[in-house]
Amino acid sequence: MVDAAVGGRPQTAAEVIDALRSVKDPEVPVIDVVELGIVRGATVEGGRVTVSVTPTYSGCPATQVIEREIRRALVARGFEEVVVNTVLFPAWTTDWIAPEGREKLRVYGIAPPGPAAELELVQLGRPAKAVPCPWCGSSNTTRESEFGSTACKSIHSCHSCHQPFEHFKPL
Amino acid sequence: MPAPLFEYLLRIGDDRLVLGHRNSEWCGHGPILEEDIALANISLDLIGQAQLLLNLAGQLEGQGRDADTLAYWRDDVQFRNLQMAELPKGDFAFTMMRQFLFSAWANLQLEGPIQGNHEDLKGIAAKAHKENRYHLRHASEWVIRMGDGTEESHRRAQAALDELWPWTGEMFQQDDVDRAVAEQGAVVVAADLEPRWRAAVTDLLGRARLTIPTAPMRMTGGRKGRHTEYLGRMLAEMQIVARSHPGATW
Repeated sequence: MVDAAVGGRPQTAAEVIDALRSVKDPEVPVIDVVELGIVRGATVEGGRVTVSVTPTYSGCPATQVIEREIRRALVARGFEEVVVNTVLFPAWTTDWIAPEGREKLRVYGIAPPGPAAELELVQLGRPAKAVPCPWCGSSNTTRESEFGSTACKSIHSCHSCHQPFEHFKPL
Repeated sequence: MPAPLFEYLLRIGDDRLVLGHRNSEWCGHGPILEEDIALANISLDLIGQAQLLLNLAGQLEGQGRDADTLAYWRDDVQFRNLQMAELPKGDFAFTMMRQFLFSAWANLQLEGPIQGNHEDLKGIAAKAHKENRYHLRHASEWVIRMGDGTEESHRRAQAALDELWPWTGEMFQQDDVDRAVAEQGAVVVAADLEPRWRAAVTDLLGRARLTIPTAPMRMTGGRKGRHTEYLGRMLAEMQIVARSHPGATW
């Protein structure tokens, strides 16, 4: 008899989702796929498990890596068959990132996203709502570039602690 | 005749594949590092959107074609993109002006599938719409900087606008495909796309101190597979590896 508590095969959807906390976002390795809000559900039928995943950015190269890692993690936990089902609707939003995930991003040096609801189309020449610096908390920051090391992040700099930082853009 | 929704998906998928490829030509050639990265990221978004749309098109068609098959194994006359998307990248002003005119249109046009009744398409369009708002903001800010910048940047931005304007009319043409997808409920086709786009574009170009050309918006044919000489050359480069080594993986 396998015991989920010692790493045996998960028996319920909640246990499967818990097991997926070992799968990190390859581009932001402090946050796992559950905290990222892309795991939409799971069903277990004996040795077969189906996980529903909603992709983040349309062109995100991490999507395929994440799918492979989910498969690997669940096979390692004793499943014979792992089905990763892509769910396109409703579309993923950064609003689904869990509060603990946001705090991990901030500690890692990435300012977490604000609400995705409204994005001002032109900020040039207008006082933009500053993104707080993840290092010192100051709001005396400016956006240096709309696109950073990945499509989901922009580049900012802090005028208080003079550090550059990235911001996970609201989407 | 292919199913209207398949045809519709090819159109909006090919727009993004072709424009994404054109923008990707800046990779390693951007005027500054941040712009190099920004254009590569915009390309990534557009090509990602194209992949989702073309995969869905292939699924609906049901003949085993996926996004890769559709991207690499069709010839120019089978592409359905706007002609504006295939024009060479030009200078930085031309690339940004095109992105601005296209993104301002996409910002309104994508509301159609978002409000429709096809779930997967709604999801793809909703995500694309959000990504597009960043593209629109980025391009809008550059149009203002260049138009209201130095004499040289103003000259280039106005020249880009003058050259692109005749190609914009194609974005607003509607035909049997639009009527059919509207009838089946997959897309809500708006009749007022052009005046809304014109109002948004006029406002921004005014802030950029640029003059809207009076030339007619006359270039058309991309939706029917009629393209400029530039698309064939672009596809030759884009498709050569896939066609030389069919089925290759790495």
